[in-house]
Amino acid sequence: MNLPSDNDFFGWVFLILHKYGAIFLHGAGVTLQLALVGTLIGCVIGLLVGVLRTLPIRKNANLFAKIGHGLLQFILAAYIEIFRGTPMIVQAMVVYFGSMQLFKMDMSPMFAGFFVVSINTGAYMAETVRGGIGSIDIGQTEGAKAIGMSHWQAMAYVVMPQTLRNILPQIGNNLIINIKDTSVLNVIQVTELYFSGNSAAGAFMRYFEVFFIICIIYFIMTFTCSRLLRWIEHKIDGSSYYSLVKSDMMADPTGHNPVHLGGEKI
Amino acid sequence: MSEIKSPILQVRHLSKSFGSHQVLKDIDFETYHGNVICIIGASGSGKSTLLRCINMLETPTSGQILFHGGDITEKGTNINTYRSKVGMVFQSFNLFNNMTVLENCMAGVTKVLKKDRKTAEETALKYLSKVGMAEYINAKPNQLSGGQKQRVAIARALAMEPEMLLFDEPTSALDPQMVGEVLEVMRELAEEGMTMVIVTHEMAFARDVSSHVVFMKDGVVAEEGEPSALFGNPKQESTKEFLARFRNQ
Repeated sequence: MNLPSDNDFFGWVFLILHKYGAIFLHGAGVTLQLALVGTLIGCVIGLLVGVLRTLPIRKNANLFAKIGHGLLQFILAAYIEIFRGTPMIVQAMVVYFGSMQLFKMDMSPMFAGFFVVSINTGAYMAETVRGGIGSIDIGQTEGAKAIGMSHWQAMAYVVMPQTLRNILPQIGNNLIINIKDTSVLNVIQVTELYFSGNSAAGAFMRYFEVFFIICIIYFIMTFTCSRLLRWIEHKIDGSSYYSLVKSDMMADPTGHNPVHLGGEKI
Repeated sequence: MSEIKSPILQVRHLSKSFGSHQVLKDIDFETYHGNVICIIGASGSGKSTLLRCINMLETPTSGQILFHGGDITEKGTNINTYRSKVGMVFQSFNLFNNMTVLENCMAGVTKVLKKDRKTAEETALKYLSKVGMAEYINAKPNQLSGGQKQRVAIARALAMEPEMLLFDEPTSALDPQMVGEVLEVMRELAEEGMTMVIVTHEMAFARDVSSHVVFMKDGVVAEEGEPSALFGNPKQESTKEFLARFRNQ
């Protein structure tokens, strides 16, 4: 095989792409899969834990309920603190090798990867959700309760939709962090993008060229996700215009509102 | 009506403390069908807390709130059902920001009263027309003026077809030119016989529209009676002082 000369940067890049392009794409696919699924499951965990952390307890609740509530809050707080407070790379090792040694569970590296990313994202999202719920004006809940909604109905129909919209940028942050940070899963032999890069670099002993390519692939993935999320935000916000619904049958009985024609621009 | 009227709502010896601060002291009053009761008084006199206690947004420290004779402060009462029958309009509107005007008025009808969407939409439109907001069904709350928001909030409460309505300073957060449109809607409701308890600083409205006025001072009912008597010939020194301040404005 004719190898490019030592300082032929583009020569090496093309050669590596030619030989390892498919493997890089596969690695990128694995990375995206881990990041997307991990963020999604993490969000579900985060929503659940975040909502449970804001669960009110009535002052006149019985002792059993109070103990249960306290225990639940302790477990949730412990989960958040432990998974936020230790590096994901270490968690990956502990989960992958620990499950084998302690429980004789032969987890695939991929499964361990999904597990670690999800549970990690969940811990961060739980705090984001808690903050998000706290940022919604108490009047929204009171408005819901005043028409007879239960706590859960008020949460589901009024508070959570607004919370989700508000924390969407943070969900985006987590997705982008996950795309990058799944690279640590190479320590448990998950064949994600960084792992594929390492194999290619090892084969040719060309670290700069390989990781230059890997760098660009990571950036394309994060940039695309970031733009997609912005687009979703705009979609959720909806139009900043509204059109008046004109009908003689709906004539204003109070006579206070001059009749507008067509849409009103805001 | 020829039958002996029994009150819709009775408040008995109601007290409320926040920590060591007692906001309401032994409040008693009752509301009959078709009554329009205005609660007036200086800021901090406990008016809003009283209204929030009636809707159980605040839990009373002691006393009873009887709705058709049943004590709603008792354990095991279904507060949500009670609240669906007693509407509330807030000073800060509290419209659901994630919903359009129409959805705001339909939410309670579908989720709480469990009616189908078509019925809910018809009900919502009926009451939105009543408050003159039917044209705005596609708008989001943050696209409306304060007066418009409050009229939608009234329509949302009316869509539940409640037995009575509570108003917590409904015009206090409005620009002066928008107060009129909200009061006009409330005046119409009163004329139609809606039972209402209104906490307000609008003395002219209280005098002209209410059937009964309650003046509160320092957490107690200082004076109450027919509006003509209370405004025309107040008996308590504190009432006179309070009303004099409004006349001077």
